[in-house]
Amino acid sequence: MIDWIQVALLLALVLGSAPLLGRHLWQVYDNRSQPLLDGWLTPVETSLLRWVGDPGRPAEQAWDYLRPLLLSNILFGAVAFLLLLLQPAWLNPLGLPGVRWDTALHTAISFLTNTDQQHYTPEQTLSDFTQLGALQFLFFTSAATGLAVGFAFIRGLCGRPLGNFHWDLVRSITRVLLPLSLVFGLILLINGSPMTLGGPVTLRTLEGATQILGRGPVAAFEAIKQLGENGGGFYGANSAHPFENPNPFTNLLAMVAMFAIPAATIDAFGRFLGNRRQGTLLLLLVTGLFLGLAVVAIKAEQAGNPLLAPWLSGPNLEGKEVRFGAALSALFATITTGSMTGAVNAAMDSLMPLGGLVPLFNLFLQVVFGGQGTGVAYLLVFLILTVFLTGLMVGRTPELFGRKVEKAEVVYSSLILLIHPVFVLVPAAITIGFPALQGISNPGFHGVSQVVYEYASAAANNGSGFEGLGDGTVWWNLSAIVSLLGGRYLPIIALLFLAAGFSRKQPVPPSQGTLATDTGLFTVVTAVVILILGALTFFPVLALGPIAEAFSLPR
Amino acid sequence: MTSLQQPFFPRMPRGRRDQRRYTERPKTQGLLGRAIVESFRKLDPRLTVRNPVMFVVWCGTIVTVAATLEPQLFGLSKDAPGRGFNAVLAAILVFTLLFANLAEALAEGRGKAQADALRRTQARTQARRLLPNGGEALVDSSSLRKGDQVLVSSGELIPADGEVTDGVAAVDESAITGESAPVLKEAGSDVASSVTGGTLVVSDQLTIRITADPGQGFIDRMIALVEGAERSRTPNEIALTVLLAVLTQVFLIAVATLPPVAAYIGGPTPVVILVALLVALIPTTIGGLLSAIGIAGMDRVAQFNVIATSGRAVEACGDINTLVLDKTGTITLGNRLAEEFLPVGGHTEAELATVSIGASGFDTTPEGKSIVRLAEKLGASSGFDPAGATGLDFSARTRMSGTDLADGTELRKGAVDAIKGFVRSRGGQVPDGLDQAYEQVSQLGGTPLAVCRGAEIFGVIYLKDIIKPGMRERFDQLRRMGIRSVMLTGDNPITASVIAREAGVDDFIAEATPEDKIAVIQAEQRLGKLVAMTGDGTNDAPALAQANVGVAMNSGTQAAKEAANMVDLDSDPTKLIDIVTIGKQLLITRGALTTFSIANDVAKYFAILPALFGGVGLGALNLMHLESPHSAILSAMVFNALIIPALVPLALRGVAFRPDSAEELLKRNLLVYGLGGLAVPFVGIKAIDLAITSLHLI
Amino acid sequence: MTLFRDALRALRLTAALWLITVVLYTLPLLGIGQGLFPAQANGSLLRVDGRVVGSALIGQPFATARYFLSRPSAVDYSTGKQPSSAPSNLGPTNPDLVKRITAASKVLQGAGLKDPSPDLLYGSGSGLDPHISPLAAEQQIERISAQRQLTPQQLRQMVRRHTEGRTLGILGEARVNVLELNLELDRRSP
Repeated sequence: MIDWIQVALLLALVLGSAPLLGRHLWQVYDNRSQPLLDGWLTPVETSLLRWVGDPGRPAEQAWDYLRPLLLSNILFGAVAFLLLLLQPAWLNPLGLPGVRWDTALHTAISFLTNTDQQHYTPEQTLSDFTQLGALQFLFFTSAATGLAVGFAFIRGLCGRPLGNFHWDLVRSITRVLLPLSLVFGLILLINGSPMTLGGPVTLRTLEGATQILGRGPVAAFEAIKQLGENGGGFYGANSAHPFENPNPFTNLLAMVAMFAIPAATIDAFGRFLGNRRQGTLLLLLVTGLFLGLAVVAIKAEQAGNPLLAPWLSGPNLEGKEVRFGAALSALFATITTGSMTGAVNAAMDSLMPLGGLVPLFNLFLQVVFGGQGTGVAYLLVFLILTVFLTGLMVGRTPELFGRKVEKAEVVYSSLILLIHPVFVLVPAAITIGFPALQGISNPGFHGVSQVVYEYASAAANNGSGFEGLGDGTVWWNLSAIVSLLGGRYLPIIALLFLAAGFSRKQPVPPSQGTLATDTGLFTVVTAVVILILGALTFFPVLALGPIAEAFSLPR
Repeated sequence: MTSLQQPFFPRMPRGRRDQRRYTERPKTQGLLGRAIVESFRKLDPRLTVRNPVMFVVWCGTIVTVAATLEPQLFGLSKDAPGRGFNAVLAAILVFTLLFANLAEALAEGRGKAQADALRRTQARTQARRLLPNGGEALVDSSSLRKGDQVLVSSGELIPADGEVTDGVAAVDESAITGESAPVLKEAGSDVASSVTGGTLVVSDQLTIRITADPGQGFIDRMIALVEGAERSRTPNEIALTVLLAVLTQVFLIAVATLPPVAAYIGGPTPVVILVALLVALIPTTIGGLLSAIGIAGMDRVAQFNVIATSGRAVEACGDINTLVLDKTGTITLGNRLAEEFLPVGGHTEAELATVSIGASGFDTTPEGKSIVRLAEKLGASSGFDPAGATGLDFSARTRMSGTDLADGTELRKGAVDAIKGFVRSRGGQVPDGLDQAYEQVSQLGGTPLAVCRGAEIFGVIYLKDIIKPGMRERFDQLRRMGIRSVMLTGDNPITASVIAREAGVDDFIAEATPEDKIAVIQAEQRLGKLVAMTGDGTNDAPALAQANVGVAMNSGTQAAKEAANMVDLDSDPTKLIDIVTIGKQLLITRGALTTFSIANDVAKYFAILPALFGGVGLGALNLMHLESPHSAILSAMVFNALIIPALVPLALRGVAFRPDSAEELLKRNLLVYGLGGLAVPFVGIKAIDLAITSLHLI
Repeated sequence: MTLFRDALRALRLTAALWLITVVLYTLPLLGIGQGLFPAQANGSLLRVDGRVVGSALIGQPFATARYFLSRPSAVDYSTGKQPSSAPSNLGPTNPDLVKRITAASKVLQGAGLKDPSPDLLYGSGSGLDPHISPLAAEQQIERISAQRQLTPQQLRQMVRRHTEGRTLGILGEARVNVLELNLELDRRSP
């Protein structure tokens, strides 16, 4: 019972904060006045933009927005890659050498794409300087890039020009990510997350062993890791590590942080559209999907592992921390994959089959609150597809938000629908097909889940993993890079072209024959379309992975 | 002068709308047989490749046939099904293709039959072409070009579409409209001067200026359309094809990546079964029926006696927000008839009648003629000498017409304020009672025409407008579809409002000039609305061209018809409702069958996956408790094939459309095709499984 | 040329954002941490006689009978040559999991735990879990009492002192900090 109260508390916090933060986001991205911030932030932002040399004109074409996005992202990635590869001696008490080229490349791209898959052990591989200079830098810039794309897409769907990328990027950091991270970082610090550049501590334990405690600027790192839906841990154990996530209170905040911005973005979308009801209904839609998935995951973990019945009973605690227990770990897993964060407070690999199915399913859908900025975009893409299918059924050329959904919209939307299975299933099939490449650590059906999960996580820009997988190889690094890039930039390009074209369409006034999208019925239909289109594609691998594994358990 | 009276209402159809068929029903004998033959011809891969969904089925069929001939072709595997199973599967796949082809062939066949019926009206005839020197030459009708003049006499077929330049004659248009009563055609008249190729002159003689090159006439365009030969795909159809192609690719990927995964956990993946899974998952139902839906839609348009020049126009009808109608000839009967003389200023009815005859002496419009007829019925006679008199035609600027007698007397009739101005300019007075008479006529929905001689106003003629029967209910129907109707009329505001109220249109614009018509349409379009316009007069042509959908009345002028995307052979303006319905049905049918097709996949997964992987622990997914893996796969495939012919009637007829709110429509169609699509295959596959196992077919 | 111009813009943007997100963001938190919350900022270190004996947040391996046992760790509580943290990542159907649980169960039975609390058999998520469940602590009281000069009653009180309930009565699970408990053991009964 207390588990469900915690779920309710989480949802209350997320849904309660969504209108507040949503209003803030709307003001930021709609250039509304913010009396508390404008006075001292606007001069900083404008002088920064002036120094950069951008006159600040809004983009007319999709390329006007995409070009600076791609160029700056290339540079962001390059900076991180070089820092990883060379790993300077600054703030490097363990004297850690440069990272192997393929791991450095994979890591740079993985963090650049807001994914944060880690094919390395952070505390044994990265100096504090690299953690900050390469990874924390990308935490901010990748999240800001996502937010920029999300709001450019929202603007386009609402019939406005896409906006200016540099402006959006800078303000995402100065007005959204930085202030929120400072607050969250401080709270983490007070609760026990270290904030030091003093290097590791070596000590003798009570039983006489030598223990090495990795320390670092964890609080700062952790805050933006969660808020920016990045998810790459300062430590290998990620949010299960007591320094990253010291107690149940920080755990709750970490969960809220993962959902806060995506939920608020959906609310802000309603404000942009001038139809808050639409935003609220979409929020309820993803909340409904989330609840359903969370219940499955929590129930699965609470039920425990029947294979271990001779020795123990109760919930499955393998790979879980005592302070969080089974239910909160399952809940965290559902949130981290739904929100494309990828931080974990328990071992995903050790979840029960259905407990593992839920995160995987989230990675397939990509919309259960969804990634930073991209979540709402994918949700709206599903809305476009739903409008197209059902709009035909009311006998009119389908319309969304007062504009016709025609060939271009369907082409881009279905492209986005197609990209995901391509970058998940094709590399997964190749890898499973060659035993030398697999790196599977858990045999049987679970091995299928491990491989599929890794590519799904890469293509969905999530970053969590069934981490038993031996993924530190050249093959895994390079093949995952393909999924990372394909799953990030191809949809972004398609989204921006879709939005640019849509915004130029002539608006159509609503009539009695127009299908309203801000109704309960339509919202339910959209949810069903999301489930069917999302699940149909991946049903075979779900069946051969987690579902088959679930059936294999004694009942 | 022939005594041919203008028929009261020449072709107003009777009976229930959906049962009215004007053209002879196309011959359907042997249609099925021809379609079956045709569906085999369509197995040609060069034709199949145009439909990505069915092309995948075609490729799958080849693989299955190959596996039938040599079961070990795709690698030795003890799990591979035997030759017998492969053969049955191949046969099912061939039937899937044939059923899809049959649907298309049936639709095309019906279109062809329709086209043949239309084409019979176009039999080549001899035409008497007028030569520039005044002589005649007997030429073949196919050699006539735009601008040629031909002479057609009683008993002869009109060789091509054209405009009457001289003469008055009765023409039997039953070949295209099915209406047996002949129609009067005469030069000069807006509505009765255009003639259609293939119709028969039954009396007198006409000189006709040809307006269409051979093969360019309306009938030709319609034939091309219903035959499917020139059917270019509509935007919605293209968008849907894209979606279906992407879904096909998604499933292709899902199935193609299955073997290595299955091999890892020790599950068999025989190629033929993967083919079966793929074919079951890709949207073959809608893929097979998509083109049939479109062709059948055009065919239905033709059955309603409407000639559409593109499928795009028909679909655009489904999106119409505003219908703009020219009052005259659409809402009301084409001709207003003089009903009553209302003398004013102490004049008698007889005086007024006499002056009216004088003012109408040179007026050849039906209104003018009706005034003369009414006056003569009252016993009046012209009482003026036509010699030396000159007629003044009505113009939009002066808004009056009349006669100047040799002695300088000016007889005028026209819009009341125009006549007032005229009289004042001649130093006359406006008599008391004129405004009252004007009001009185306007309140009746009639058009008041003031009549004067010189500076003296004699009274008002009441021209009565007759609203076509059944208008109100049809406009109500339009309203329920979300279409706003706007009536355009040159009448004064009072008359217009009365007629608008009686006819039940939503809005009207009075005293409209041709420029106003375009302006109204443009204003609506600027708001993003799709506008349909119906009209018949020459001055409607620019507006018809401007509108998104222009529907010209067949009784209208050639110019109007040229400018329109559709011509209604019955000249029934509210026919648009039927076209709107067909346009909407086209979209609904596509959407419904797509939804049905995708929803079907759920059950198919639950049939095939447990069959494929029952051995490695997925047997529990066999929710339907199908008898054996092989029977499960075959049942799913048989269902997949049979659902196509089962839905052919629906595809050809179209999903029923009732004017209702979008929400209601969605609810109903989702219930039927969404939930139905989920449930039907579970039942169907189970039933087929029971049938084939109890009959020991495998 | 526009590419050059745009690249230059991207370069400047990168430099500016690097400064903001790496330096400007981190420094205030470092300052506040070291200035106002030095204990937390430096790892919540526990000292005995000025010597660092552990962190209040990080568990330690306890295998001897004199101490309350801690949970199984896949990384031996970071007692190798490098800092480390990780779970076992054994899948629920992995035979190795069954083997490990069987072995651990035998060890615990040898230590007098007939029906051990599951958290003593299941590996933790971080490999550094500082906590065990109150049940796991209770099950060990008798053994510790036999090893040390402390009555079960005294031990029970000690366990209660080191037990944290759910935060606000709602969040998380009740738990006992093993290191702090064992430190008190050493203090009370060396």
